[in-house]
Amino acid sequence: MEETAAKPRRSGGGGRQCCICHERRPALKRPKTLEQICRECFYAVFEEEIHQVIVENQLFKPGERIGIGASGGKDSTVLAYVLSELNKRHNYGLDLFLLSVDEGITGYRDDSLETVKRNEVQYGLPLKIVSYKDLYGWTMDEIVKMIGLKNNCTFCGVFRRQALDRGAALLKVDKLATGHNADDIAETVLLNILRGDIARLSRCTSITTGEDGPIPRCKPFKYSYEKEIVMYAYFKKLDYFSTECIYSPNAYRGFAREFIKDLERIRPRAILDIIKSGEDFRIATSTKMPEQGTCERCGYISSQKWCKACVLLEGLNRGMPKLGIGRSRGLNSNQMKTDKPTSRTKSIESKQCGSLDF
Amino acid sequence: MACNGSACQSGCYKNGDELAAPEEGGAAAASNSNSNSSSNGSGNNLCVKCKVKEPFTVAGGGGGEDGRFCAECFRSNLFGKFRHAVTSNAMIGPTDNVLVAFSGGPASRVALQFVHELQYKAQKNFDASRDRSLPVFGVGVAFVDESAAHLPSSDKAMDQAIEDVKSLVLELSPPAKELHHFPIESICSGDSSDQREKLKEVLNAVTDATGKEDFLVHLRMLALQKIASENGYTRVVLGSCTSRIACHVISATVKGRGYSLPADIQYVDARWEAPVVLPLHDCLAQELNMLCHLDGLKTIELPYEPQSTINSLISSFVALLQEENPSRESTIVRTAGKLTPFAFNRIPEINDTNVPLATRRRQKRSSLKLNGSISSESFCPMCYSPLIQSKVQALDTPEASKTNSYIFGSSCCSSCRFQILPQDPLCMEHFYSHLPPPLVARASSGNAHDIRSLREHIQDYLLLDSDNEQ
Repeated sequence: MEETAAKPRRSGGGGRQCCICHERRPALKRPKTLEQICRECFYAVFEEEIHQVIVENQLFKPGERIGIGASGGKDSTVLAYVLSELNKRHNYGLDLFLLSVDEGITGYRDDSLETVKRNEVQYGLPLKIVSYKDLYGWTMDEIVKMIGLKNNCTFCGVFRRQALDRGAALLKVDKLATGHNADDIAETVLLNILRGDIARLSRCTSITTGEDGPIPRCKPFKYSYEKEIVMYAYFKKLDYFSTECIYSPNAYRGFAREFIKDLERIRPRAILDIIKSGEDFRIATSTKMPEQGTCERCGYISSQKWCKACVLLEGLNRGMPKLGIGRSRGLNSNQMKTDKPTSRTKSIESKQCGSLDF
Repeated sequence: MACNGSACQSGCYKNGDELAAPEEGGAAAASNSNSNSSSNGSGNNLCVKCKVKEPFTVAGGGGGEDGRFCAECFRSNLFGKFRHAVTSNAMIGPTDNVLVAFSGGPASRVALQFVHELQYKAQKNFDASRDRSLPVFGVGVAFVDESAAHLPSSDKAMDQAIEDVKSLVLELSPPAKELHHFPIESICSGDSSDQREKLKEVLNAVTDATGKEDFLVHLRMLALQKIASENGYTRVVLGSCTSRIACHVISATVKGRGYSLPADIQYVDARWEAPVVLPLHDCLAQELNMLCHLDGLKTIELPYEPQSTINSLISSFVALLQEENPSRESTIVRTAGKLTPFAFNRIPEINDTNVPLATRRRQKRSSLKLNGSISSESFCPMCYSPLIQSKVQALDTPEASKTNSYIFGSSCCSSCRFQILPQDPLCMEHFYSHLPPPLVARASSGNAHDIRSLREHIQDYLLLDSDNEQ
């Protein structure tokens, strides 16, 4: 027996009218609440909810320079559009910028970057593009050629995080805003439960992260449903690039995403319930949590001796693509001392993970 | 954790998992796998534990456990996990009267079997001992009959199932065990036809299919507690295994119950009059299924139609993940195990001098493990989950219009309010009026549990036995 959320009360005795204004004819069913509303009310309620999130969580201060992580996809395009709008409408007093990362994925990123360049013109927001090639000397295409289609998302994600911070520093912004939506955060909560990552589980529902670091980041779309963002972009005819990354089909996140899609069909509010659960989790104080320090090689924030990006980069540069992937206890403590790792390859297979020293 | 390249099955290179879990049962096998890595390649497969017998295989593949243990070592490994859970959590003491909840499924069948074996051994020791100082704990079996909730009228298949349960329990002696066949409608008030009516009314009032399923689970626990209190049982044993707990972790997360989740997944849950214990906490459903198959333990299938609910979606999801990586269920439970448990997640301190000192000491040791646990103050009357104090809803309507059903509804957690309680106030009145008395009593009695735990704190300093002093 299929469930439905609380059935919206129809106004006007059976006549079809928007639930909110009771004037116009409904144009859509709201994915979050299944209410039948007209376009204008949808825009209003969508924008107003985001405004409330910004205000209640004190995401921005007047006069701040905000970098919007812009990939050219629907989330970042809608974010740029809505932030721009709300900035004007409610006088946030913010200086907005678009920050884009070029991972070097032909046929995907080069196309979406064109979209961002158009957004720069359409929304009047200055754009900065940083590329993996410039920062690390590797494009994702080159990385995938070396490591194959498993674990490539790990490389891309780690590199992108740093790239955004570097770009933010170049732009001299005070904060980064990313387009992570409710579906993304719900997926992340589930993923962290499935993979045993208690440290991330405790942080992933925070709307602002990295406040004690150089560039804090916030997620204004934390409570906005992906479907609603798509709907908003569709009705407003916003210009965005809608293809999936060509390297992503094997990502483990796919399991969580499929499950959440099925869940949303049965009970739409479950997505917000997952986020609520994530916020309410209390981690036992006896649990060992990683301590925050800095990377010895590049000075970036890190819980180990070397930050993940440096470990991965070293692996790429030395032709050891598995470095930093999977269990690597001891890898960071016996860091990169020998000059001839190849002489040890014969004995690697028989040694325990934790005792491999490079 | 040893990682021997292709022989290692921890799956750490499979999906780029940051923290891949060791395989279930690997604690015993890991230390042996180094020496066995050579044997994996050759045809001489030996049991990884005793290294004498050949491992058993299940036609069609048994997953992770296949081809590693011989039947005996497998059984003793599983029983070992059960016994370890019982002793290190002081679950069953010699003076306890234990009620085993039996659903007919493989997990509760194994729970029943293992509890029986424990009791049998204790009885033999008692008979053989000279001073007879250590009494043998009692065991009863509860079968909560939910056919009134699932089937339209009396059903032949159900009658046969009940007969099967009766004969199964008869075979499990000595020592003899009483079977309590409890139709779930018996928790409602009135005579038997009234009760069936009330149950149907109250279930029909819940429109959400998942809510209805969960509501039935809450009623089931009420039933078990009623059997326990009416028959003097001091513990309720559930056959909840790792796999079931993993599904519960996901389902609690998905229903917005992240705060109360740790309360349900520990070894001990002492919120109830008769504390609920989970001795099969560390056993996988697959292992329990295999044991039933190996030992010919009879399970009983009930003729209920499967419902399409969030719970069933989650079961299939977890099964899919488990197929992809056999350590997934354990990882989920271990992750959730790192959430702070509650003060009631341990057996309450035993001050009865009749209970052997060793038992009391063991209970003290196990309760020390839970230092730093949260003390909660209020519970949802529907599901009995602890509520976050700051979120306990303030009743902001005028006193006069606060009907009992309104008060009940506002003291429930948001998840129950959404998926179980009817939205319409009139439907809610009707629903409330048909609720089983124990549920209703919970809302008004306040927090009997907290009074008890408060008393426990100051027990040593109280001079009078009764609390009725003015």
